Amino acid sequence: MSELSVDHLLGIKYLNEKDIHLIFETADHFKEVINRPIKKVPSLRDITIANLFFENSTRTRLSFELAEKRLSADVINFSAASSSVKKGETLIDTVNNILSMKVDMVIMRHPNPGAGVFLSKHVDASIINAGDGAHEHPTQALLDSFSIRERLGEVGGKKIVIVGDILHSRVALSNIFALTLQGAEVKVCGPKTLIPKYIEKLGVQVETDLKKALAWCDVANMLRVQNERMEISYFPSTREYTQQFGVNKKLLDSLDKEIVIMHPGPINRGVEITSDVADSNQAIILDQVQNGVAVRMAVIYLLASKIKR
Amino acid sequence: MSQKLLLSAKEIDIILHRLACQLIENHTHFKDTVLIGVQPRGTFLADRIKQILEKEYQVTDIKLGYLDITFYRDDFRRGEKPLEANKTHIDFVVEDKRVVFIDDVLYTGRSIRAALTAVQSFGRPQEIELLTLIDRRFSRHLPIQPNYRGRQVDAINQEKVKVHWTENEGEDAVYLVSG
Repeated sequence: MSELSVDHLLGIKYLNEKDIHLIFETADHFKEVINRPIKKVPSLRDITIANLFFENSTRTRLSFELAEKRLSADVINFSAASSSVKKGETLIDTVNNILSMKVDMVIMRHPNPGAGVFLSKHVDASIINAGDGAHEHPTQALLDSFSIRERLGEVGGKKIVIVGDILHSRVALSNIFALTLQGAEVKVCGPKTLIPKYIEKLGVQVETDLKKALAWCDVANMLRVQNERMEISYFPSTREYTQQFGVNKKLLDSLDKEIVIMHPGPINRGVEITSDVADSNQAIILDQVQNGVAVRMAVIYLLASKIKR
Repeated sequence: MSQKLLLSAKEIDIILHRLACQLIENHTHFKDTVLIGVQPRGTFLADRIKQILEKEYQVTDIKLGYLDITFYRDDFRRGEKPLEANKTHIDFVVEDKRVVFIDDVLYTGRSIRAALTAVQSFGRPQEIELLTLIDRRFSRHLPIQPNYRGRQVDAINQEKVKVHWTENEGEDAVYLVSG
């Protein structure tokens, strides 16, 4: 087995196709592990991991923590809301203080894009980016591709449309990098105000008609409208957004094929996706969550194997 | 590099039949017994033993699984090469079962130590036995011995014992490789 070409997972753009395949093959093994009666392996019992969350998270934090515990790592948790960050401590000071307690790996979510890259240059630990502002969310993109591979056999050659708030979405950017790297065709679809200029330079096409996009694709990844990142109005009303870019059963039934529906969560039921679609067999939303643990176990395991003793 | 033939195809065939008979002696109908091939190399031997038990001794309903021990090994981050994982395939519970681990070569005993830990993820077996084709004497790091052994071999640490299987290497043979 080869090893990852990187020492940190800062973004999909730093990975190559071999890395992604290695992560998926390893995740296959961990998926089998987490379906056993005892879902734990002792591999990382001499590794300590700090989860630093400078921004709110439920799913990702729980998923990482579970992945770490299933690998038998020691885990410490930190959230900015209840820490000395509020007293004015810098990021490097915070992390170095934590590392002086002999921590080997840092999982970090931060509101500033590039926070992970910055940290990797200044501290001596393996860093996994769990979301940095509107930049990247690499493990989400990996688990999305892993879930597509599980449902459709492979990612290469498949047509995937990412629908919604592309502008503020780190999930969209990481997915675009991951999917194009694996040879999938990617379109983005959403209100023009939420699609960044020059996004075609990343090798994707823009489609503003949702019905056309759905008719074209094999998989639709529905993103959440991120109201918390919007300082101005990007569309007239939620109702209008839903009418133009929301997926419902009627719309899916009007297509001449059954497409796969994904959502990174949390879902705004009735906004970007209706409940009957979210809970249908076409949706693999809960598979994504389960695969998230296996994929994160694989990433942590592979990076930990590169940490020198 | 030189290699010496330790066991020919004919000798292996005789040994496999003997091992199968020894298993029958202790497990009769295999009602509460499960065979587990230790990945990666023990699976070939486990398949062969099962085949012989079924075809030549008419034992039916033998439960056979494969166990990967990668994530249970004690040399994570200690070797030059990353550890390579293999598939675990155990579609039965081992709770209260009589488990027989099957591996081709018993050397330091560390793989079997890892397997003993790994199998606990699938329940608490009534007992665990070990069947191995080659037992490298005098090289154990742990107090682990086989219950069923094909051939005992004295080899120094610089030498390697390689087991070839028709389905993988095109021939049945065991070699002692040195240099």
